[in-house]
This record gives sequence, C-alpha cells and structure tokens, in this order.
Amino acid sequence: MNGEDAAKHRIAKRGAAELKPHSIVNLGIGIPTLVAKYVNDPTIYFHSENGLLGVAELEDEKDYDPQRVNAGKLPVGEALGASYFNSSESFAMIRGGHIDVAMLGVLQVDEQGYIANWAVPGQNIIGVGGAMDLLSGAKKIIALTNHTDRKGNPKIVKKCTFPITSLRKVDVVITDLAVFEYRDGGLVLTELMPDSSLEKVKAHTEAAFRIDEKLLQEVNGS
Amino acid sequence: MNKVMSPSVAIKKVKSGDTIMVGGFGLVGAPLTLIEELLKHDSYDLTVISNNLGEPGVGLGKLLRQGKIKKAIGSYFTSNREVGDYYLQGKIQIELLPQGTLAESIRAGGAGIGGYYTKTGAGTELAKGKETREIDGELFVLEKPLRANVALIKAHKADRLGNLVYYKTARNFNPIMATSADYCIAEVDEIVETGELNPEEIVTPHLYVDAIVLSAYTLTKEGVVPR
Repeated sequence: MNGEDAAKHRIAKRGAAELKPHSIVNLGIGIPTLVAKYVNDPTIYFHSENGLLGVAELEDEKDYDPQRVNAGKLPVGEALGASYFNSSESFAMIRGGHIDVAMLGVLQVDEQGYIANWAVPGQNIIGVGGAMDLLSGAKKIIALTNHTDRKGNPKIVKKCTFPITSLRKVDVVITDLAVFEYRDGGLVLTELMPDSSLEKVKAHTEAAFRIDEKLLQEVNGS
Repeated sequence: MNKVMSPSVAIKKVKSGDTIMVGGFGLVGAPLTLIEELLKHDSYDLTVISNNLGEPGVGLGKLLRQGKIKKAIGSYFTSNREVGDYYLQGKIQIELLPQGTLAESIRAGGAGIGGYYTKTGAGTELAKGKETREIDGELFVLEKPLRANVALIKAHKADRLGNLVYYKTARNFNPIMATSADYCIAEVDEIVETGELNPEEIVTPHLYVDAIVLSAYTLTKEGVVPR
C-alpha cells in the first residue's frame, strides 16, 4: 500500500468507527466504499442505491456475479437477509429518511457546511447520480475525503466554488488530518488524526473553524 | 395473444423521433440484445431515457457513436466520457436529473401522476428554471413525469403471458420503465410456461409487457459476450 492508499484506509477506518449497531448505511464511490472493510458488526446493513440492501464484501472469487454490483459498479457480495428492489423504491428509501447514515466523497465542503461533490465547471463529466438524493434524505451525512486535492489545495474552503449538491449541510467531515463536526452554524475541529497536528490542520484548511474544548485541553496539556 | 417474438421484429416498434427508455445501471440489467438490434435498425433522432449511455463504444455507447441519439435524459453520463465530448460539440442534448428524480419521474409516468414535489436538488443548479415551493418550512422542486413511446427492458425470466421476475441488481430501472411506455419490450434469459412462475414472486405483472424476446448476449467478467 502506498502513502496515498494508506491515508484513504485510515480515513475509512475512522469512518467505520462512527457507525452504531443496527444502522442502515449508504456508502458512496471512492473512500466511502472502503469503509465496509472495517465494519465487523453484522447488525449494520449497507444500502446501495442501485437496489440492494445488504451489500457485503466479496469474500470468495467463486461468489463473483457480474449482475451483482454496488453503486460504483464494482462486484459485491450479499449479506444474510439481503434484499433487491427497483431504483424508485431505492430512492424512496433514501429521500424518505430510512437511511441512517450516508458516507460520501466530496470535492469541497465549506465553512457553512455546504457540500460540492457532483460537478466541476469546465470538465466534460456529466453526472450527478444519487448524490443530491442522499444529501436530501439521509439522517446523518458524513464526508470522507483527503484534506487537500491532488494539487495540495484545501478541500475545506470558505465558500464552495464548485456547484453545491444540496441545501442540506454536512454533519461530520473526516480527513487524513482531522475530524470536524458541523455544530451551531460552523465547523468544529474535534479530533486530530495520527501524525497530524493543529498547525498542519490550520495550514491546510481554508475554512474558519473552532476547536472543540476537549481537544484544546488535550493539545495544550501535551 | 403471442408476445414472444424475435428481437428484429420487436425493435420495429421504435420509429425515428421516438422517445425510448432503456433499462440498466451501466451494463448491469441493460437489454444488450435489444440494443444490438437497435444499432441495425433505421431509427434516428431518438430521445433516450436511461441512467447512463453505456460505456465508450459499449451498449448505448455504440448508439451514441452512430449519431442516432438526439437527446439523452439520465443521471450519470460520467461512465462514458464520450457523452461529454458529444455534448460540448453540440451533437447531443442532455437533460441531467438526480438519480432518484429520474426514477420517480419514470414511476410517476407509469402511474398517471402529473407531477410531484421533491426536496432533491432544491437550491442547486439542477433546479434552475423549475418551479419551487416551500412545504412545511422546506424547499421542494416540482418535477414532471417521464413517459416513452417504447421501453426496452431486461428481466431474468418471463412466462408466456409476460409476467416478469428479475435477477439481483440487474433489476434497477427495468420494472418502472415497463410501466411508463406505450409499448414495452422485455428481453429475458429464459421463457417459461404460464403458471410456472410463483404469483407471489412476480415483480412485473403481464399487463405492462407487450413483447418478449430471448436474450442473445450476456454480461460476464470478460464483458458482453454471446450466450
């Protein structure tokens, strides 16, 4: 595993720790897909918007089925108690508030809590998929993302410059450097990831953020 | 009434200028045999309602290269970057909808619903030009139903009446598209005698299905291959 992959797995592992028993969870494309590898609780069910509740890791090559894929069109397994349904029912589950947690990748998230994760102006990639539906309907929104983009630019910005995905705001942001919660109208830094520091987070974050009292005590005390 | 026919006969229902719905999430659950037949069929200026337009040069991606698609309505054309190229060159019109809105509009089209309000997309670029309304303190967008002249769908099994059952995530948009077109052609892996399907397990009742064709292609690890 190279450094970039290792960082993605650290983010995914931290994301998995957010999930409570008996949750229904939708994992987006990218880092969120890796979260399933770090969840061992059989009471947590993964929902995939293409019509499967009960996505499982493909444990064995002989269980491979080209007609059983996740939203990223990657082959997946089937958990005990899984069910299949059509796209309209699947999105009724999403919009109707039946999904406890949506974990998604983002292009940008801003200090007002808005997410941009579907379009980059000027690029000829035309797709939105289920991003807007998940933001409008899931009970909790957790963004899993690298702290900066490939060029090193902050992804946690003052104001999204890419088109936003929804008026719905993020609840938690987990990066390779830090964990933020969106609380009382702003971002609050609640946790530093291993090998991170307050200075690093400040240097790579454009958005204004507060620091959680408890974290501040820990940082000052050490 | 015999609904079982060859793909080449069934596809004649598609006329130039028609709006067609094509099932599938990428290639999974796409009616690959009917798409192949459409490539050979003389029909142009088509409006295609489908989540994606296949992959570059595969599935509906082939139809795109033939220049037969005037307009595409879907949610995720990212899986075929040629769609973006054609769009920028002005060779195709695109209507992008959130995936849940695409699905619900198709459902509404088949259920006689004249429109519905959804939270999805409210306040974003995709809601521009659409009527919005605040309901109980939240902003909603008015979305209209979608209908087609012909639906090309994929199911797993049909009985001779046209009752359908599906297979795993190949179900996706197919059951709703079956309800929302004037003429529905179902491509299936197997045709059984009426009575052989368990009535409790039928997903698409036969009244939605006008024609049944046997699949000649299948999706494997190696891609699309003849069966």
